[in-house]
Amino acid sequence: MCDQTFLAITFGPCDSCSENRPLMNLYIKTEPINYCSLCMEIMACQGLASGETLKSLKAESETLRKKLEEERKKLHDVELEKVAEKAEALGELNMKTRRTLKGHGNKVLCMDWCKDKRRIVSSSQDGKVIVWDAFTTNKEHAVTMPTTWVMACAYAPSGCAIACGGLDNKCSVYPLSLDKDENLAAKKKSVAMHTNYLSGCTFTNSDMQILTSSGDGTSALWDVESGQLLQSFHGHSADVLTLDLAPSETGNTFVSGGSDKKANVWDLRSGQNVQSFDTHDSDINCVKYYPSGDAFASASDDSTCRLFDLRADREVSIYSKDSIMFGAASVDFSLSGRLLFAGYNDYTINVWDVLKGTRVAILFGHENRVSSLRVSPDGTAFCSGSWDNTLRNKFLFTMTAYPGQRWANCAPPFGTPNHGQM
Amino acid sequence: SQGKMARDMSDIDILKMELEQLKKEVSTPREPVSKTSKDIMDWCEAASGTDLLITGVPDDKNPYKPEKGGCIIT
Repeated sequence: MCDQTFLAITFGPCDSCSENRPLMNLYIKTEPINYCSLCMEIMACQGLASGETLKSLKAESETLRKKLEEERKKLHDVELEKVAEKAEALGELNMKTRRTLKGHGNKVLCMDWCKDKRRIVSSSQDGKVIVWDAFTTNKEHAVTMPTTWVMACAYAPSGCAIACGGLDNKCSVYPLSLDKDENLAAKKKSVAMHTNYLSGCTFTNSDMQILTSSGDGTSALWDVESGQLLQSFHGHSADVLTLDLAPSETGNTFVSGGSDKKANVWDLRSGQNVQSFDTHDSDINCVKYYPSGDAFASASDDSTCRLFDLRADREVSIYSKDSIMFGAASVDFSLSGRLLFAGYNDYTINVWDVLKGTRVAILFGHENRVSSLRVSPDGTAFCSGSWDNTLRNKFLFTMTAYPGQRWANCAPPFGTPNHGQM
Repeated sequence: SQGKMARDMSDIDILKMELEQLKKEVSTPREPVSKTSKDIMDWCEAASGTDLLITGVPDDKNPYKPEKGGCIIT
């Protein structure tokens, strides 16, 4: 275990357990270790390589982190904002609520668009999962899950099924029947099994595979038909709160964000963590790929959203303001990636110019925190879901040539956290 | 530590995992921001014509017009 061993008995706080005990003063390769006899036995049993201790691992980690930072800094030769000075300025944005989808009796936690660009699935705290036609606002399907806090839901690429889960630690798939009277719950299939809550789920390129993220600190890829675990992804040191699959043209990767303040990029096939970003100061609630697949955005409890460039391997933009003090819960890009829509816990949606880093609009309308936000597949509209306690639980905003009401310059309504400020 | 839940891992296991990860990342290939951010911007500008939330949509092409009346289902 040691090159040289000097044994002496002293009394004092153990380096490992901090208890005041008789200490065995060891020198491992000239580094002094003061462990009590119990901790020394534990250390011996833990199979540590010669000379390895918590201290030396931390030191090595610190050295590598510094090296990583240096390597990244070398390539940080310009700011995105500077490059973006050449970009055309955005015109005035006119956003208007076009539809309100009422029907959830409780907080809306998650939503997803169908590829047909008109259907939406949403899930809520009370266990209800609803499929809507956004054009007509009709409810097409509804199922009550045998669990509360359905934090994740997703539409299958074919449009023929939905997946959802939450506090039940599972992800279940419901085939959608054309027969409105058919009991959806009867055909339910349990696909994913985690050891803690399900925080996110998405189908991959087909209805056959689902990717999940969980409070158990892992993400996982599952075969829908057999329920078999195909690959698991370990690397977060706390709950995984969100994930997003890379656009199919850019290959087999996905990004996840967690309570450990990290965003990790993974290779779907090998299960390897290929890149990691840790510049946020708090939990990352949502991650979304930039449409080209070369970057991704994040929303965090630290009240900022950020853009991470995957090829430069660094954060290249922060979307924040001193006046924004509440956590950001959800983000999504417009079709060209120029706009970033972000929903916050202060009930607002901020719209950011991704390239120039400035805020171009604030949207008011929800009466509680905005929990989820998605742009439709053809980019004509975006939908936001909220914790509003009233029946006005969902708002649909769409861009039109409508010359009238502009939301961006309204003062925050009475009753919202930032009332009276601008 | 393969297969363990994050909260079941000891501090040493977590440190070892992070260390392995850092060793990999230090040798990840990277490109300068001047090149990559220009590519991001170029992609964006090329796609801007199709971004309806920026360009807007004429009323007759807007699937959300006319305004839906009071179809409220509770």
